[in-house]
Amino acid sequence: MVVANRAARSIAGIDADTLRAMYRHMLRSRMLDERIWLLNRQGLARFWVSGMGQEAIQVALGMHVRPGHDWVAPYYRDLALTLVLGMTPRDQLLAALAKADDPNTGGRQMPAHFGCRRLQIITTGSVVATQFIHAAGIALASKIRGEDAVTVVTTGEGATSEGDFHEALNFAATHRLAVVFVVEDNGLAISVPTTQQMPTADVSDRAAGYGIPGVVVDGSDPVASYLACGEAVARARAGHGPTLIDAKVPRLTSHSSDDDQRRYRSAEALANDRAHDCVGCFAARLDEQGVLSARDEEAMRAELLAELDVATAEAEEAPDPEPESVLLHVLGEA
Amino acid sequence: MAVKTYLEAIREGMRDEMRRDDRVMVFGEDVGAKGGVFGVTEGLQREFGEWRVMDSPLAESCIVGVCIGAAFNGMRPIAEIQFQDFILPGVDQIVSEAAKIRYRSNDDWNMPLVIRAPFGGGVHGALYHSQSLEAMFCHVPGLRVVVPSNPYDAKGMLVAAIRDPDPVLYFEHKKAYRLIRGEVPDHEYTVPLDRVRVVREGRDIVVFSYGLMVDTAVQAAERLAPDGFSVSVVDLRSLRPLDRQGIVESARRCGKVLIAQEANLAVSVSSEVSAIVAEECFEYLDAPVMRIGGPEVPAMPFAKPLEDAYLVDVDKLESKLRSLAEY
Repeated sequence: MVVANRAARSIAGIDADTLRAMYRHMLRSRMLDERIWLLNRQGLARFWVSGMGQEAIQVALGMHVRPGHDWVAPYYRDLALTLVLGMTPRDQLLAALAKADDPNTGGRQMPAHFGCRRLQIITTGSVVATQFIHAAGIALASKIRGEDAVTVVTTGEGATSEGDFHEALNFAATHRLAVVFVVEDNGLAISVPTTQQMPTADVSDRAAGYGIPGVVVDGSDPVASYLACGEAVARARAGHGPTLIDAKVPRLTSHSSDDDQRRYRSAEALANDRAHDCVGCFAARLDEQGVLSARDEEAMRAELLAELDVATAEAEEAPDPEPESVLLHVLGEA
Repeated sequence: MAVKTYLEAIREGMRDEMRRDDRVMVFGEDVGAKGGVFGVTEGLQREFGEWRVMDSPLAESCIVGVCIGAAFNGMRPIAEIQFQDFILPGVDQIVSEAAKIRYRSNDDWNMPLVIRAPFGGGVHGALYHSQSLEAMFCHVPGLRVVVPSNPYDAKGMLVAAIRDPDPVLYFEHKKAYRLIRGEVPDHEYTVPLDRVRVVREGRDIVVFSYGLMVDTAVQAAERLAPDGFSVSVVDLRSLRPLDRQGIVESARRCGKVLIAQEANLAVSVSSEVSAIVAEECFEYLDAPVMRIGGPEVPAMPFAKPLEDAYLVDVDKLESKLRSLAEY
């Protein structure tokens, strides 16, 4: 029996326009991510560290952030998050190719070391976990001035073993600061599985020790992630303090372009991760619910591909940093 | 102009800037109701409230990191590390983060942050309350490292540090807190963060020093005067960046150079000053560059005979000066 597809106006209270926008952000990030891998394999992008598989939770989180008002302390897999906030594929391609006009770092850092003052995305380095405490300090300043800005900070689960993670939770919870801690928990610190990292299955168990809510969510499910992030952001904005979200996600690629995860992960584990690919699963769900047909999805893909091709060409032609500029910006003018 | 202690001058510098600029805040262990373990922040929480003068948890990475975050979000934080000896858990935040924020963001961000910490010995503080760790930070581009030697500079340099757009490590000699007194203007003023000061004019030898050792050097220099040796004393004030021109001018004029510091000598401030003199003053020198400082042991011991053996005092400095004078 054939059942006619009835177009859903919403899923779990999220309207169809928002759902389509979320899917578009996810797909845009995925296609950009794949393009940068290609550039890496062509020898044009010397390094890449991917966010593939983690787009759903990032987009869900980003949808609740008010860019330029709220604050974001991201980590290196947050490509999709930066796009939701207003950075562009061109921006990240300039970074991937280490060009002078890269708005993140001017080609000074490895790609995926995000930052953009205009959007209040703080500059990030390669040391993991330091950003947790920055988020607490940012939120402290907002609280001192009586502002309702929320600070979101993200990480992999690996960095939650660092002391800074705990110092930040402790401080933010003690003063009920408006911070949302989001762990994009892909179960691997490069090659080390969660079982070798921590005594409990969920990072969110840590929340109890700091007297704040700890939430586990399927980070591949954009709807569940959207609801969880929305609640945490609203709670922070209302002055009720931080939340720790443990978003379970797959890692669809090796740790970085210099890693080969086949050396330490089974074929079954890799296949299982691919089966949980948030982009494919969400596309199927939106089609099934009549929110976005396969045909409309194809059109969206074509439009994004055209944008990506233009951005890639522009980034390739953009100038490299001048060698003399290596000496600039150590200290400012007093 | 009132005579004040080194400690009072530091407190006054913070208080005046907090009155002038409501972005300035103080964050550290015991800085609130107690006013700090040395009393440097005494009275500040009463005047400015518990959010702008805030007790931190006992966690140095948190102290520095929270101040970095607050500075990202428009504040002008002053972090107090209770003893410089305990700054090490915060070093990742200082070296990996604060020092690199302007450079790594290609000037998109900057980090206006002051980290105050008492250093130095001679107060029976033993290994973990006496160290002089400044050289570790002097190696790091992107940081300023300053050490005032007297109350006038203490206030003026702190005000300049608070207004500076980059991270400044402001190290205070804890024995100087109540020992060193001097005139401090009530009016607003700053002291540049990158200029030496000639404390004592002389022709034959120049002593470069910083912190409490400047006072020791002046006393030793005076002991040589009756014998006809004219000794100049130059306070480096800024250890990073060093005032290269100021160092070269005095070294060339005098022709004999002694560098005196409390820290041990290997790979230290004295090493860098020696290198500058070697590079720029070779043809002007009448003797090899000499240095005096702490011994190559992990830190200053507790027992008085051991502490005395560690420290450079006026007698030891005088003796070193005489050997240089007679070279």
